[in-house]
Formats: sequence, structure tokens, C-alpha cells
Amino acid sequence: MSLAHYLTLAIALFTIGLIGVVLRRNLLVAFMSIELMLNGVNLSFIAFSRYLGDMQGQMAAFFIVILAAAEAAVGLAIIVLLFRRQGSVQSNLFQNLKDRIEV
Amino acid sequence: MLDSLQPLVFGMLALIIFISAAFITFSRNLIYSAFALLGSFTGVAGLFAMLGADFLAVVQLLVYIGGIMVLYLFAVLMTSGIGDVRLTNRSIAVKIALPLALVLFFSLGKLIFETEWFAQQTVKIAPTTAAIGDLLLTKYLLPFELVSVLLLSTLIGSVALARQELRNSKENHD
Repeated sequence: MSLAHYLTLAIALFTIGLIGVVLRRNLLVAFMSIELMLNGVNLSFIAFSRYLGDMQGQMAAFFIVILAAAEAAVGLAIIVLLFRRQGSVQSNLFQNLKDRIEV
Repeated sequence: MLDSLQPLVFGMLALIIFISAAFITFSRNLIYSAFALLGSFTGVAGLFAMLGADFLAVVQLLVYIGGIMVLYLFAVLMTSGIGDVRLTNRSIAVKIALPLALVLFFSLGKLIFETEWFAQQTVKIAPTTAAIGDLLLTKYLLPFELVSVLLLSTLIGSVALARQELRNSKENHD
């Protein structure tokens, strides 16, 4: 298997994740898609690491995994709080900062 | 023998990853999406193993499947009902998002296939855990410590978020 195969799979994962983030209104699905994108990036890091014979890519992937875990923990806590407050996790419902125009 | 099996294994892992990733993004049932994370995380862990990153494959299994996926399942169960199939109007987003994503995909693919990559080095696959440990305590010591502080603050932050809500609801009951 060549580097291009792995990179193609990585950008496919990234693109699917991007579609999920942009398309779906559900915050949870958007978060899952972000995890997909991070996985795609990790895959490309490790593929480069392998084909360059260098450990640096693996270190970057290691830190990305840790950051993804932290991001998921805090993000999901916030989503659960938002659900308790608004009763929904659809991102288009959160318009609290928008000006209310009094007629 | 092992080398001839490699394309087959790669193809199967790629298929698993692709199908479950599409499931996550396009499934209308949140529970299915959360469980499809399993397939895609496992597939990526398998690819890590194929690339000789044994330590990261195990970390991927532990952190993503053992931690993050369970967290997502909890969040899905705590927020929306299992059969929640409500979908908002997404026609405008589809018209913009799909072409943009396809343009991104094909331009990156063109880049990948037209670049002259360095000749493949045939580095022997060896255990990486010792090398990663060495790097963590020498060159990457500062990021390592920063990440530990970050994880501590994440822990405290999550607890603070949850406790605040608990206190508010107790006050409301009294």
C-alpha cells in the first residue's frame, strides 16, 4: 500500500466529517463528525510518520487524541446543559444572542 | 505472504470506515450514529496497526472506543429520545455543503496524486512504545505537561458545569 492510498482514505474521512458538520442541525451529530475529521487527520499524520520513518507524526497524533478526548468531555457537558435549558439540541434553535426586534 | 494480504486488509478496513462514517453523517437515528462511531474508530485503529503504530492503535481503542464513544452514547441517551427522527429543513445547506465538500475532496485528491512523494522507505516495523516514551520525556516534555494541565482543567470544568446545574435545580425544588 502506498502513501497515496492512506491519504485518500484520510481526506475521504475528513470530507464526510465536514459534510456532517455543515449539513446536520443536530449538535451531537456535528460533534461526532468532528471526531471523524480528527480521525482523518490522525490517519494522515501516522501515514506520513510511517513513510518518512519519523516518530514526530505519531507524537502529533497522540496529542490530537488527548485533545479530542478533552473536547468531547467539555462539549458534551455543554450540550447536555443546553438540552436541559432549551429542550432540544438542534443548532438552529440557539439564537439567544440575536436581537429581539420590538414592534 | 503477509505483503500480498495487505491490500485485502486495507480494502476491508477502508470499506468498514467508509460505510460507518457515511452512517454517522447521514443516519436519521442518533443511536445508530453513535454506534456507527464504533466501526469507524475500530477501522482507523486497524489502519494504525497496519502502519506500524502499535501504541497509537491501542490508544485509539482505549480512548476513542472506551471513552469517547461511551460518552457520546450517554449524551445521546440523555438528550434526545431513541426514536428521534425529527429533521429540520436542510435543502439549502445541501445545495451549498455538498458541492463545497466535493470540491475540497477532489482538489485534495488531485494534490495527493500529482505530488511526487518521497520514495517509500522500507523501515522495518518495530514496537514504538519505548520510542514514544523517550520522546515524551525529552523533546515533548513541555507539551506533555501542558496536556496534563489541560486534562485537569477539563475534569474540573466538566464537574463544575454539572454541579452548577445540580445546585440550581436544588434551589428550585426548595
